[in-house]
Amino acid sequence: MKHSRRKFLKKAAAGGSLLAVGIANPFNAIIFASEKPEDPSKPWWGYGIDIEKCIGCGRCANACKLENNVSKEPFYFRTWVEQYTIKNDGEVKVESPNGGIDGFTQTVPEEDIFKSFFVPKMCNHCYKSPCVQVCPVGATYESPDGVVLVDKDYCLGCRYCVQACPYGCRYIDPIEKVVDKCTFCYHRIIKGKTTACIEVCPTNARLMGDLNDKSGELYTFLKNHNCLVLKPHLNTGCKLYYNELNAEVS
Amino acid sequence: MPPQLKTLIPLFILFILAFLIARHFLVPDSFGKEGHYRFESVEDNKEMPMFYAGNEACAECHDKAAEMEYDMHADLTCETCHGPGMAHYENPDNKLIMPRDRSFCGLCHASNNTRKYKLAQVDLEEHNPGMKCVECHNPHLPWEIAE
Repeated sequence: MKHSRRKFLKKAAAGGSLLAVGIANPFNAIIFASEKPEDPSKPWWGYGIDIEKCIGCGRCANACKLENNVSKEPFYFRTWVEQYTIKNDGEVKVESPNGGIDGFTQTVPEEDIFKSFFVPKMCNHCYKSPCVQVCPVGATYESPDGVVLVDKDYCLGCRYCVQACPYGCRYIDPIEKVVDKCTFCYHRIIKGKTTACIEVCPTNARLMGDLNDKSGELYTFLKNHNCLVLKPHLNTGCKLYYNELNAEVS
Repeated sequence: MPPQLKTLIPLFILFILAFLIARHFLVPDSFGKEGHYRFESVEDNKEMPMFYAGNEACAECHDKAAEMEYDMHADLTCETCHGPGMAHYENPDNKLIMPRDRSFCGLCHASNNTRKYKLAQVDLEEHNPGMKCVECHNPHLPWEIAE
């Protein structure tokens, strides 16, 4: 009896100090919710989206399709925009006609709207990705710089990862019949360019950067805003941070 | 040794050897170099073609600041409206798109309560229907309205 009380107190003290660290330094707690990267001298890519700035023009979704040869059919997106409308009675309406590429219309009359905003969605490039864990052949993986990539030559097209992704960010390419997803425009970022979606965003609502670079653009963005990640309870360690993220967004 | 094992052990050894030989030829060289995946695939991902050239590429020939001065669209990159420009960057004979439709301007500027306080908006059905936006508004200097 005495023994278990001591154990309990020890655990409570440990939990309490962890909580205290989290409150005292919440910024680090969010970024490295999972683990710090092994080699802090290499880049470790992360992404930031400012919901406050997004105007729902859908240029990002359009540019992504053109840059990455994504099928033009309205079911295949590496990134897309959703329009959230929270009505005064609490009902939440989510729309994403053709991923936002053809623009949005707001059909709810203004007096019924409590809050309304656009949420761009894309792969979260999780540090502990459920999609990487379920792949039976090692065809999807996290690259050394923190980007979740697909090996199209190795992929069987079994769709396990499509099911496993809690954010719905994967699809089966209708032509190649293998899985496809956002690569953070890997072919661009390694050449020092930014991603296609960031390139075309007219309001600079999107940005990406190296989470190891303490003076970098993304780190500054995270310090200046109260950023959240999607579905934090799943502990996927996602590296896509949203400013002004509403609790209704999932 | 029991007689069953005498036949089974060589069979097992043969099976394991066959498995190891097959594995040697089937597993790619770079598999497992950095993790449970084919490391060469990272290189494959790096070699995808680029279609968007980026703002710096446009600036090599075009003086955006002189053309757009300081107006609401000055912060936009060229490719936001003109589309992917890598082909044009490599060979200027490949012309870029110049969107002229009302619907294109409407992607940002059609009235929508969700973005009401973020940027200038018009009701596309009421605001000079039938005319093209560019007849009055220069897209590069949107606040200079033609008479």
